[in-house]
Amino acid sequence: MNKIEAIIRPHKLEDLRLALEEIGVTGMTVSEVRGFGRQRGHSEIYRGREYNVVFQPKIKVEIMVKEQNTEQVIDTIRATVNTGQVGDGKIFIYPIAEVVRIRTGERGADAL
Amino acid sequence: MSYKKNLRLFSWGLGTPLLIAATAGSAFAEEAAQTAIDSGDTAWILTSSALVLFMTVPGLALFYGGLVSQRNVLSTLMHSFFLTCLISVQWVLWGYSLAFGSDIGGIIGGFDYLFFNGVGPEANGSIPHLAFAMFQCMFAIITVALISGTFAERMNFKAFVIFSLLWATFVYDPLCHWVWQEGGWLYKLGALDFAGGTVVHISSGVTALVACTMIGKRIGYPQTVSPPHNLPLTLIGGSMLWFGWFGFNAGSSLGANGLAAIAFTVTNTAAATAGLAWVFVEWAHRGKPTILGCVTGAVAGLVAITPASGFVSVPSALIIGFGAGVICYLGVNYLKEKFGYDDSLDVFGVHGLGGTWGALATGIFASTSVNPNGADGLLYGNAAQFVNQIVSVLAGWALAGIGTFVILLVVKAFVPLRAEPEDEMAGLDLSVHGEVAYNYTSTGMSKILE
Repeated sequence: MNKIEAIIRPHKLEDLRLALEEIGVTGMTVSEVRGFGRQRGHSEIYRGREYNVVFQPKIKVEIMVKEQNTEQVIDTIRATVNTGQVGDGKIFIYPIAEVVRIRTGERGADAL
Repeated sequence: MSYKKNLRLFSWGLGTPLLIAATAGSAFAEEAAQTAIDSGDTAWILTSSALVLFMTVPGLALFYGGLVSQRNVLSTLMHSFFLTCLISVQWVLWGYSLAFGSDIGGIIGGFDYLFFNGVGPEANGSIPHLAFAMFQCMFAIITVALISGTFAERMNFKAFVIFSLLWATFVYDPLCHWVWQEGGWLYKLGALDFAGGTVVHISSGVTALVACTMIGKRIGYPQTVSPPHNLPLTLIGGSMLWFGWFGFNAGSSLGANGLAAIAFTVTNTAAATAGLAWVFVEWAHRGKPTILGCVTGAVAGLVAITPASGFVSVPSALIIGFGAGVICYLGVNYLKEKFGYDDSLDVFGVHGLGGTWGALATGIFASTSVNPNGADGLLYGNAAQFVNQIVSVLAGWALAGIGTFVILLVVKAFVPLRAEPEDEMAGLDLSVHGEVAYNYTSTGMSKILE
């Protein structure tokens, strides 16, 4: 079991959700986050005073998948949110030690 | 409003001042100076003018601003605020003259009031000419601002500016002349429009339908368009619209008098009835009474009662309000879906349909027992009035529809109508205006010192 964590552009979230549902992903967790990578900040101007805003708003998507589905989900994320511009985000993959469904107590892949 | 009502209110022997208004600078000017300005009337019209301004900023700005996505709220507020500035200037430069200058063939006003030349504190009816001209200015502003809801979240700002200026000049000003200047052809026909059902609501609503079709849908519409980001803002804005509408309708009596009280009463009654009607229909249809439905219904009722507000009784206002709630609900829920146009904030569904219903309803429910200077409608045995209303509705639809189509084609030849796709996706606030509405945290924000 793997946890896939993707940092993406906010307006790509809906497209990603639809694409992932299509390949059978049944759940995900999202958060609004801010950060920076190679895409540096933008500037905002208030009454002539210019501010450099370093942290860009992004969406973090977390998806738990079985081992054998990992590559397909990664491919789908890349295919959906890639615009070819700096700032498209990153995908991180972590192994999951255990999963427990709170309601039933199921464990492991059954609980995914 | 205006000359029509003015003329009728004072038709018993005081008709001359009205002619002056239309032909100021002529031999009537001396008589104008002799006509008494009523302090109560003047106070009410100046107050009403401020109330109508309040409808646009901040009323309409907030009403629309709450309905868009968080990344476009500033650009939406900017539409209303910027237009308040733009049309105020257009109005004193040439707009007022085209609308209310001396009549040319029933179609448009002449250049006699260019730069507000000849528009002064002298009497026009019982109020200063300037008070009348500024009251009308606020109507021009809100009409153009209403349109902006249809292309929210995607129009190129440069195209928006040029379109708005051309539209005010070639659609609003002539239509205002047709209906409210005593030489206008619809005025002479006898079409009733107390406070702007045709001039304001049909014109902005129909324009919205044409504009959103020509400009195209938002990226992702209808699947992935953001829901309203802040309905409390929309409720505040909608309430300000209701508040300001008393200036709009009751002010259109052009005096602090019984007719103003009638307009005030039917306006409130129709708004309330329509708010209830929308909520109950929606509750029965979709299972939940929504806040947005209640506010939208009330606005639809205000729209529909606008042309009728000086001519109908309280029971008629109940029917007009009820009709507005139901008709606009159906329009917003079914028409938009069926034809697939992306009228972002339902300008056509609320103002186009509500205005059309109101204009026709005026021809049904108008009664001389309410306003002896108005006319009887269909219900009171005068079918001819209903026909007049149909003609005025068709004229409003045609001028707004064709005018908008041509203007947008012209604008498109010079600047793209839409924002760049990447700007639209990132949100117009940051990409076009360089600002963000909600900076709750200043983390990572550093001022650039030069």
